[in-house]
Order: sequence, then structure tokens, then C-alpha cells
Amino acid sequence: MKALTMTKKVKKTIITVLLTIIAAFSAVVFILPTLLTIVNSFMTTSEINANYGSIFSAAAGGSHTYISEKINLKLIPDKVSFDQYKTVLLTSPDYLIKFWNSVILTLPVVIFQTAVAVFASYGFSRVKSRIADAIFMVYIFLMLMPYQVTMVPNYIVAEKLNILDTIWSIILPGIFSPFAVFLLTKVMKRVPSAFYEAAMLDGASEFSIFVNVYIPVCRSAIFSVMVLIFIDYWNMVEQPLVLLSDTTMHPLSVFLSKINTQETGIAFAVAVIYMVPPMLLFLWGEDYLVEGISYSGGVKG
Amino acid sequence: MKTKTRPGNTNTTFAVLSMVPSIAGVLIFFILPFFTVVYYSAVDNPITHEFVGLENFKALFGNKAFIAAAKNTAVLSLITVPPAVVLSMVLAMLMESSIPAKSGFRSIFLSPVMVPAASVVLIWQVVFHYNGTLNSRLLEAFGAEPVDWLKSKYCLVVIALLFLWKNLGYNMILYLSALAGMPKDLLEVAELEGADPFYRFFHIKLRYLSPTVIFVTILSLINSFKLFREVYLLTGDYPYEGLYLLQHYMNNTFRTLDYQKLSSAAIVMMLIMIVIIGTLIHFDNKFGGDIEE
Repeated sequence: MKALTMTKKVKKTIITVLLTIIAAFSAVVFILPTLLTIVNSFMTTSEINANYGSIFSAAAGGSHTYISEKINLKLIPDKVSFDQYKTVLLTSPDYLIKFWNSVILTLPVVIFQTAVAVFASYGFSRVKSRIADAIFMVYIFLMLMPYQVTMVPNYIVAEKLNILDTIWSIILPGIFSPFAVFLLTKVMKRVPSAFYEAAMLDGASEFSIFVNVYIPVCRSAIFSVMVLIFIDYWNMVEQPLVLLSDTTMHPLSVFLSKINTQETGIAFAVAVIYMVPPMLLFLWGEDYLVEGISYSGGVKG
Repeated sequence: MKTKTRPGNTNTTFAVLSMVPSIAGVLIFFILPFFTVVYYSAVDNPITHEFVGLENFKALFGNKAFIAAAKNTAVLSLITVPPAVVLSMVLAMLMESSIPAKSGFRSIFLSPVMVPAASVVLIWQVVFHYNGTLNSRLLEAFGAEPVDWLKSKYCLVVIALLFLWKNLGYNMILYLSALAGMPKDLLEVAELEGADPFYRFFHIKLRYLSPTVIFVTILSLINSFKLFREVYLLTGDYPYEGLYLLQHYMNNTFRTLDYQKLSSAAIVMMLIMIVIIGTLIHFDNKFGGDIEE
């Protein structure tokens, strides 16, 4: 009997060890691309060129010859250097302008999509009518449509409103994008109606119930939705390509693909600078991100 | 309009008004212009407005570029969605097992969600380039002939790998949160009655997870339509023909501003999405309904 429990225990330990090895291996695969990008940003320009020169010069020239020299995707730089960052931050204002473009395209959408949605989702969670339900279905439907579908209406309206080729052609549809309403409505519907009734009995106005009861209760969900909107818009590529013909207004995401072939030596530093804001957000708000993803699950609410 | 009220709740002015900005915005930026899209798809050009019925759609299906883009996009979705659904479930199960340092693993698996695609395409280029790391390693190990991955029949696989790297963590969280809501007594009873782990997985967990599986499928499908982004960042405006996606077609059509092509293409894509998502939700109701809630 004792032997039996022993073997069971041993078996369990072996399984745990095996699973941990699998998890550790997967973790390495998941972390490696990010880590390599960061490590490469601390290499000197000459080391980058020595390591990958054949790749990027061939990409630029379009030639198709195999160079048998070894490509060094290295984990440790020969010499740690901040040259790339110095070049990017001090001598090439272009990248900082593009970074700023990303900021001014993303932040208004994050703030105002959330603001519009906080109000709207209060309405959708309180008002009980078939019309409101039907409108909510339209929101879900819109949310499920890929860019290729929604971009045509967006373009048409931008043209009519004369905001084509301005940041507003991206920001305004972004503000009214239904994602945040969808997510926050699900959360607000879970607020027990007893909260509402108790505040009502205390003689609170509905606006003050909204501000003093609903918003605090949903605070973490509101942060979560902001994190999700931020990562979506910080990553944008499709909208500027169609809606902003002036490339000086393009965000860094679009511009990064152009640096690759031109200035390899600093591309990694620019890539890292670009991932700093979402990474900081991740370090601060990983739990919000997890919460937000959890709320987003399930179409039916 | 007849309205039902919740207990203690009337449809107050404030609650109704709070929806107005959002509904107005959605109307202006999405719904009303969508009617214009429908209208454009049925006329010959934006100037003469002559009604042509389904001619634009016929032209679209006769358009080689559109068909090629649709085919590539469909193949890309087919090779990305199933592994996205299955592998993220494997990760979730791994996180539910007895491994140590779970919160550390969770952070690592989730971190690619936050890394902008534009930042890591450099690494993908270095690895999959004709003169890149993968070829030189393969040559070293097996003496394999170098392959220009992004210009070969494997090009979509390279993109799929980037997709999986970036999206598995998100899907894993969806599964984990569904599992967290799973009634524990169900599994305990099964364990007491001697159900082995495989039975418990396939007959209990998987059935309980089926709405999440459907949701992850829909989400991955939508995300696979966004893969133009990664392709664009890796290959620019004019990719290898195997990587020519619907968004490339749309971008090129935007450049010539052919409203008829744009509108009919948008409507066709919308209908396809409706059919696919509708089918998935139908399956969800059929198989998941009894165990949900």
C-alpha cells in the first residue's frame, strides 16, 4: 500500500518536472524575439553591420545571391554601446517626430473612446428596451468586422467631413469604435442593482450614482479597457496607410518598416524605443491587461 | 415603444442621454457611410450614378487580384486559426498543472501581446532572410539548400509563426479565465468516481470550455485578417505574390479610389464574415448550450 502511494508520488513528480521543462522551453521561445531586439539595440553600428549587413544590403539591392558567411544572431554584444540610442535621440529628430505622431494618434483614442464608452455602457446596462438591445447587437457586429470592411465607410465619411489626410480621420472613428462600450457594458451589467437602489434611497441623483457608485466599482475594468485600446492603436499600420497620404504624419510603426533597409545600425534602438511605452504599461498594469482580456471573452455577454 | 424595466429602475433621462454621444458617433462614422457603401456597390460610378445591379460584384469575382488576395487570406486564416485555438489551450492547461512559478510563466507568455509587431519584425527578417540565421543553421546541420522563406511557398507559415507568437498569450488568458469560472465540484465528483485525466479533459473541461473555444476561434479569425500588418512590415507594399492579401488589394484600390471595387469588396468580405461567425455561434448554441450558465 505504501509502495503504491510512493510510486504515485514519484510519477507525479516526474510529470511535474516534464511539464516544467516544456513550460521553460516555451518561455524561452516566447521571450527570445523581444530579448534579441533589446540586446541588439546595445550593439555598435559596426557590429550590427558585421552581423546582418548581408541581409539588409541584399534586401535593399534586391539581389538574390546566397552569401555563405554566417549570420550571427547573438545574445551577447561584443561591446555594450549606447551609440544607437545617441544617434536616434540626439542626431535624428525624424524618429522622435514619428514617435510623437504615434502618441498623438493613440492617446486621444484611448482617452475619449473610454470616456464615451463609460457613459454609453452605463446607458446600455441600465436602459431596458428592445431598441437598446438591437443597437447593442449592431455594436457587437461592428466590432467583429475586420478593418478591410470598416475602412471603406471610414474613408467615405472622412472625405465628406473634409478630414482626410488629417489625424482626425483616424482619431474620430477610433473614439466611436464600439469595443470599449461592448466590454464595459458587460462589466456594468454585473453591478448589483442593490447598489443603485441603496443610493437612490439616500436621495442621490442618478448622475451622482453614476459618478460615485458605478465608476468606482468599475475602476479596474476602465483601466483594463484603456490598456487594451492602447496596445491596439499603438500598433496601428492599416489606417495611416489609407487615411494619411502625407508620410510625415505616419506613426513610428509604419516608419519602422522603412528604416530596416536604410539604417540597420539604429533600427533596433528605434524598435526598442517603440516598445518601451507598452512594456512599461505591461509592467505596471499586467493585472489590468489580464482582467481586460478576461472580460472581453464571450460574444454573448 | 414598450419597455421592460428592471426592479428599481426606470429608463431615466440620464441613462438614455448617456448613450447619445456613442450612438451618434457610430451612426456618423460607421452606419450612415455604410449605406453609401451599399449604394456605391450598386451604381456604375460616383458621377453618373447609374444603377447596375450586381455588375460590380461580377467584376469583382472576375478580378484576378481580388481572387488571389482572397485565396491567400483564406489559406492564412486556415493555417493560423486552428493552431491558435489548440496551442493556447495547451498553454492554459500547462498553467493549470502543477508547474512552479506560474505568475512568471504567465507574464512571459503574455508579454508578446504588448510588443508592437513593428518592433520584432527585424528579428523575423534576420531569421528568415535568404541570408538569414535559419538558412545558415540548416546548412550547418543538414547541408540544406538555402530557401528564401518569405518568397517561397512557406511564406505564409513564417507569418503564421509571428501571429502565434503574438496571440497565444491572449487566448491563453481567455481559457484560464473560463477555467477559473468552472464549478470545482464537477471535477471533484469526476475524480472521485475514478475518471482518468483524459476523460476529465475531453468530457468535462472541453465541454465546459466550448463557448470559449468558439470565441477564441472567432477572435483568431478576426486577428488573422489583421495579419496584413505583419506582412506589410516585413515586405512593404509589394510582397511576394503568395503574401498578397485582401488588405493589399484594398490599399491598392484606395490608391486609385475606385469606389465601386472598394464597396463591393467590403460588402463581400462582410457577408463572408457574417456567414463564418454565424455558423460558429450556431455551433456554440448547439454544443455548448446545455452546459453553459
